[in-house]
Amino acid sequence: MTAIADPHRTSEFSSEHHVYEPHKVGLPPLKSYLRQLWRRRQFAFELARSDLRSKHFNTALGQLWLILNPLLLGLVYFALVQIVGRRGGTVVGLAYLLLSLFTFRLVSTSISQGARSVVGGGRLILNTAFPRTLLPLSSVLTCFFLFLPTLFVYAIVHVMADLPVTPYVLWGIPIIAMMLAFAAGIAMFVAAIQVYFRDLTSFLRYMIRIWLYTSPILWVPAQVPEKYHSLLYLNPLYPPLTALSDAVNLGRMPSPLLLGLTFAWAVGAVVIGGLFFISRERDFAVRL
Amino acid sequence: MAPVLAGPPVPETDWAIKVQDLVLTYRTTVEKRPTFKKSLLRLGRNERTIRTIEAVRNVSFEVPHGTVLGIIGVNGAGKSTLLRTIAGILPPTSGRIEVHGRVSTLLALGVGFKGDMTGHENVVLGGLAAGLTREELADKYQEISDFAELGDFMDLPMRTYSSGMYGRLAFAVAVSMEPDILLIDEALSVGDARFKEKSFDRMRALCDGASTILLVSHGMKAIRKLAEEVIWMHKGEIAMRGEAEEVIEAYTRFLDLREQDVVDEDV
Repeated sequence: MTAIADPHRTSEFSSEHHVYEPHKVGLPPLKSYLRQLWRRRQFAFELARSDLRSKHFNTALGQLWLILNPLLLGLVYFALVQIVGRRGGTVVGLAYLLLSLFTFRLVSTSISQGARSVVGGGRLILNTAFPRTLLPLSSVLTCFFLFLPTLFVYAIVHVMADLPVTPYVLWGIPIIAMMLAFAAGIAMFVAAIQVYFRDLTSFLRYMIRIWLYTSPILWVPAQVPEKYHSLLYLNPLYPPLTALSDAVNLGRMPSPLLLGLTFAWAVGAVVIGGLFFISRERDFAVRL
Repeated sequence: MAPVLAGPPVPETDWAIKVQDLVLTYRTTVEKRPTFKKSLLRLGRNERTIRTIEAVRNVSFEVPHGTVLGIIGVNGAGKSTLLRTIAGILPPTSGRIEVHGRVSTLLALGVGFKGDMTGHENVVLGGLAAGLTREELADKYQEISDFAELGDFMDLPMRTYSSGMYGRLAFAVAVSMEPDILLIDEALSVGDARFKEKSFDRMRALCDGASTILLVSHGMKAIRKLAEEVIWMHKGEIAMRGEAEEVIEAYTRFLDLREQDVVDEDV
């Protein structure tokens, strides 16, 4: 056997020596929880991969669909914007729209998939002890894998629109990473709530729709009258989407204020969503 | 059968599982699918559906390394809950559980949680969740699929499996993890007569190799065949603990009495 007994290691999920006691203030020892979470990161990857495989994204047509689906969606929204008639029908306009639409969808699908992750993991939760945060995190990972091909679609449109390519484009990486962290935090939060209120996903669908319309995707901040500008900051996705557009669409340094806010929302969501989830997770086995 | 204390180098204690004053109560809703809408409606009507269930009350026991302990009792006696608490799935309300050794579980629902994934994928996912590494799993995979005798079905989605195949795979996974402690809940009824025989043999081999086994079953034959010691649980408490024959006899007598006596206190 490959496992080596380590009697000094006492933790909830380690394979050799376990002590189970009631949690104080509802939280397990966080350090060992995180260590166990890290040890099982392969599970989150494998679950995401199997999930994609079971949706046939390993086939040629499936992969084509991965590109076609977001592109068609983007074109539909682009046509909509034309009809409403607020933005010029240029390729540049399309590039703006696609970038923010794709990243918005990364966040929104992570949240809606994440919401179902715990309830959908029923059997595994009833039969195995493991850090449950792996389930929503794996959903986020799945959505990230689905997001990657859309970057390719965007890149083509970016070149076609003759938009600048500067080193500032690289700011896109930390911004998207922070958006992912934000999505993971919210996903954990809603995944835990979903256990208690199974109709949450139906509400969520409408909330995400409203969120889409209130985010700078189908419109640009310049179209908003000056006196309402401060309201924009109420939307947690306003800072990252604007910063991303500055860095990637325009190839210029995003403002520190926007970056700071993006970072703050990401950290806040992970801490609050994560702690909430972990404090509730031992309850899941009796609620499913 | 005397416990054999050879094999994995774990014991610096002479017990594998120690349960002290374990209490497990849980609050649960009566509804199968709780929704926000329904709770709003209930709020309007001012009713409550939360019920507190005392599943395990003040249970203490120790299980020495290499023993097979049977747990018997009527439905709802707290047997499965006890097993899940020892596996670390359910949180104790109070008390303490200490477990020494690698635990493998074969609980009511068995392996696998996604019907549209293949048997292979489910085995890998279950193993990774249980804390095995990819390398360990790659080593064990062949053994698992051989033992389960599923052949090409391993690469088909699990929703195509019969319940017997499901159970066989679950059993194969549980015993192939080379557990120091194996927790089994009502799983011996899986497969045909030949597979049952094979699983018996495998469990014997495990306890000869100093594995500790906790076995929840309603099949007195299986318990008698495998367990040296038996705990009889009733209403969340230990009604009796002792040698297998003795406890099973008392339990069977109790069941017979209950059948005769219609005004049973348990009704």
